[in-house]
Amino acid sequence: MNALASEIVRDTSAVSAADLAKGGHFSGTIGDITTPDPRMVCREVNVWYGDKHAIKDVSLDIGNHQVVAMIGPSGCGKSTFLRCLNRMNDTIDGCRVRGSITLDGQEIYDKGLDPVPLRAQVGMVFQKPNPFPKSIYENVAYGARIHGLTNSKAELDALVETSLRKAGLWNEVKDRLDQPGTGLSGGQQQRLCIARTIAVSPEVILMDEPCSALDPIATAIIEELIDELREQYSIAIVTHSMQQAARVSQRTAYFHLGDLVEVGETTQVFTNPRHKLTEDYITGRFG
Amino acid sequence: MHTWTLMLVLLGAAALAYHVGRKRAIATAGGSERINTLHSLPAYYGFYAAMWAAIPAVLLLGLWLGVQDQVITSLVKASLPPQSVAELTPGALGLLMNDVKNVASGNIASGAVTPAIQTAADHYARLQNLARWTQWLLVLALSVAGMAFAWSQTRPTMRARNRVESVVLGVLILFSSIAVLTTLGIVLSVVFESWQFFQKIAPSEFFLGTLWSPQTAMRADQVAADGAFGAVPLFTGTLLVSFIAMAVAVPIGLMAAIYLSEYAPRKVRSVAKPLLEILAGIPTVVYGFFAALTLAPVIRDLGEQLGFAVASESALAAGLVMGIMIIPFVSSLSDDVINAVPQAMRDGSYALGATQSETIRRVVIPAALPGIVGGVLLAVSRAIGETMIVVMAAGLTANLTANPLASVTTVTVQIVTLLTGDQEFDSAKTLAAFALGLTLFLVTLTLNIIALHIVRKYREQYE
Repeated sequence: MNALASEIVRDTSAVSAADLAKGGHFSGTIGDITTPDPRMVCREVNVWYGDKHAIKDVSLDIGNHQVVAMIGPSGCGKSTFLRCLNRMNDTIDGCRVRGSITLDGQEIYDKGLDPVPLRAQVGMVFQKPNPFPKSIYENVAYGARIHGLTNSKAELDALVETSLRKAGLWNEVKDRLDQPGTGLSGGQQQRLCIARTIAVSPEVILMDEPCSALDPIATAIIEELIDELREQYSIAIVTHSMQQAARVSQRTAYFHLGDLVEVGETTQVFTNPRHKLTEDYITGRFG
Repeated sequence: MHTWTLMLVLLGAAALAYHVGRKRAIATAGGSERINTLHSLPAYYGFYAAMWAAIPAVLLLGLWLGVQDQVITSLVKASLPPQSVAELTPGALGLLMNDVKNVASGNIASGAVTPAIQTAADHYARLQNLARWTQWLLVLALSVAGMAFAWSQTRPTMRARNRVESVVLGVLILFSSIAVLTTLGIVLSVVFESWQFFQKIAPSEFFLGTLWSPQTAMRADQVAADGAFGAVPLFTGTLLVSFIAMAVAVPIGLMAAIYLSEYAPRKVRSVAKPLLEILAGIPTVVYGFFAALTLAPVIRDLGEQLGFAVASESALAAGLVMGIMIIPFVSSLSDDVINAVPQAMRDGSYALGATQSETIRRVVIPAALPGIVGGVLLAVSRAIGETMIVVMAAGLTANLTANPLASVTTVTVQIVTLLTGDQEFDSAKTLAAFALGLTLFLVTLTLNIIALHIVRKYREQYE
C-alpha cells in the first residue's frame, strides 16, 4: 500500500517536473530563495545517506527575525535539510553533506570548524519533547553549565528564570523547579525544551515538527510562542500541518523528494502557488 | 522394566484414543463436510479422548508404584512366623526383609537361607507377581474406561478445546510450582537447620563473636577444642574479598560498557562484546586455579620485592580474579542500560552544543545510573556468593583483618570446609554451615531485591 502510494507520488513528480521545468530532470526552485537580510545562506546543498540522495541541490536563505516553514510530504528531505543547519547529521553514520551553508558569513562545513559551538548558536527543538531526566531547573541550566555562561548561582538562577519566562513556562513551574522535567505534560515538556534551547542564547532556532506530539491547545501555545520568539531569533520550522505553516511563518519552502520545489512569501505560497506540485500538496491532493 | 512397558502401552492407548476421539467427533457432527458444526476442531476431541485414556491411568500407576512395595512388605512381614520375629529389633527386621527380597529376586542373601526365609521369599515373589498382573489389569481397564467416557461425552456441543486447554493450563501451573516449591523447600530446610544451630550457639555469639574455630569434639573422651563460632572474621573476609573484586570490576566494566556503547565503531563492538562475554562463560573453577597457581605467586613475589609480607593465599589474589570474573556481568548490564537511554536524550544534549564526553558524563550516565547501580548490586551478590575462586585462592584461617595482603577466609569457603568429608549431622560444626548459608542467602536476597527494585524504577523513568 505504501509502496504503491510512493509510486504514484513519484509519477506525479516526474510528469509535472518535466512539464513545468521543460526538461527531464528537475532543474531549479521556483520563487526567490534569497532574503534581504539573511542569517544563514545555503547554496547547492546535497545530502546522501549511503547511496540514497536525500537532498538535491537545495539553495535557501534563512532570514533574520523571520520564521521559515518547510513543508512537504513525508520523506521529502525537509527534516534532513533542517539537521544540516546545525550539523546534527554528523551523528548519523553514512551521511554525507556537500555544498555551502554559512552562518553570518562563516562556512559551517569548514574543515576547521568545530560543530560543538555551532550547535550552541543554532539550537534545535525536536519532534518529541526530550527533556533530560533531571529537574526542571537543571534542564534549563544544562547548556549554561557546559558552556560556562554564568559565574554565580544568582546569575544562573536569573538565566533559568528569563529562559523559562521567554518560553512562557515560568508561571507554571516556578514553584517546582526541583521536580523532574519528565513529570510535566507534553506541551510543557516541549516548552521546557524551548527554554533549554533559549538559555544558551542561540541565533537561529531549528524546530523539527515541534507540535506533532501535542494536543491542539498545547500546539496553539507553542505557535504563539514561536511568533514571540521571532523578535529575537531566526527560526526554521519543519511542519506537517499546513495551517501551522500558514499561521507562524513569513516564508514557506515546499520540498518534494529531496528537491526544493518552491519558495516564497507564506501568503503567496498558500494563496497562489506557482508550481503544480505545491498546489497539489497544499490543496490536499497528496501528502 | 515392566512399568516402562506399561507406560509404552498407555502411550499407544492415548494415540489410539486420539484417533478414535477425532473420528467420533467427525461422526457425531455428521461427516467431514459438517465439521463446522463442532464447537472445536476435531483434533481437540482427539486430545480430549487421549487425556482421558492416559492421565487417570498414569495417576493410578504412580499411586500403585508408590504403595505396592510397602503393602507387599507388610504382608510378608505378617506372614513370617511370629516367634522368629518377636525378639528382633526394627533394624534387624529390616535386614531380614532385605534377605527375603534378595532371595526372592535370586540375589545372594547376607547369611544362611533358613526355611522360614525361603518360604517368605516365595510368598514375596508370588505377591509381587500377583501385584504386577493386577496393576496391568487395573491400569489398562482405567485407560479403556477413560476412553469410553470421552467417547460418551463427545458431541458437537461439547467444548473440547476449553477442556483440553484447562488441562494444559493445569500442567503448566504444576511445572512452574515445582520450581517455586523447590526454592521454598531449600529455604525452609536451611531455616530449620539454622534454628537447631542457634539452639546450641547463641545468635549473639555467632553474629558478634570474633573467634572462628569450628572444631568440636566428636566423642566424649576426645581431646579437642570446644569450638568457637564467632562469624565476624568470615563476614569481614567476605566483604574484603568482595570489595577488592568490585574495585576491579566496577571501573573496568563500566568503562568498557561506555566505550562499547558510545564510542566503539560497530565492527569493534561486534567483536569485542562477545569476547568480553566469553569471560562469563569460563568455569569458575578455572578462574580458581588461575588465581591460586598463577596470580597468587606473582603477587607474593612482587610483594616480597617491594618489602611487603604477602600471604601466598592473599585476599588480593582472590579478589582480583573474582573481579575479572565479574567484569562481563557489570559491563553487559551497564551496556544494556546505556543503550536503553533514548537517542533523543543524546540529540537534545548535542543540539545544545555539548560534546560527546559532556553528553555521556552529564546526560547518558546520570540517566542510566539507576540501572547501572542495579547491575552493580547484582554483581555484588554474585561476588559474595562466589565459592570456587575463594576456596582455591583464599585461605582457610579466619583472620579478622582489613589487610588485603593477608590470608582471609570467606563464608562460602567455610561452608565448603564444614560440609566436605565425614561429619555428623547434629553437631554444631555441621549446623554452622546452615547458619552461614542462611546469612549469605539473606544478604544476597536483600541485595537482589534492592537491585531489581532500582532497575524497575529506572525502566519507568522515560515514560
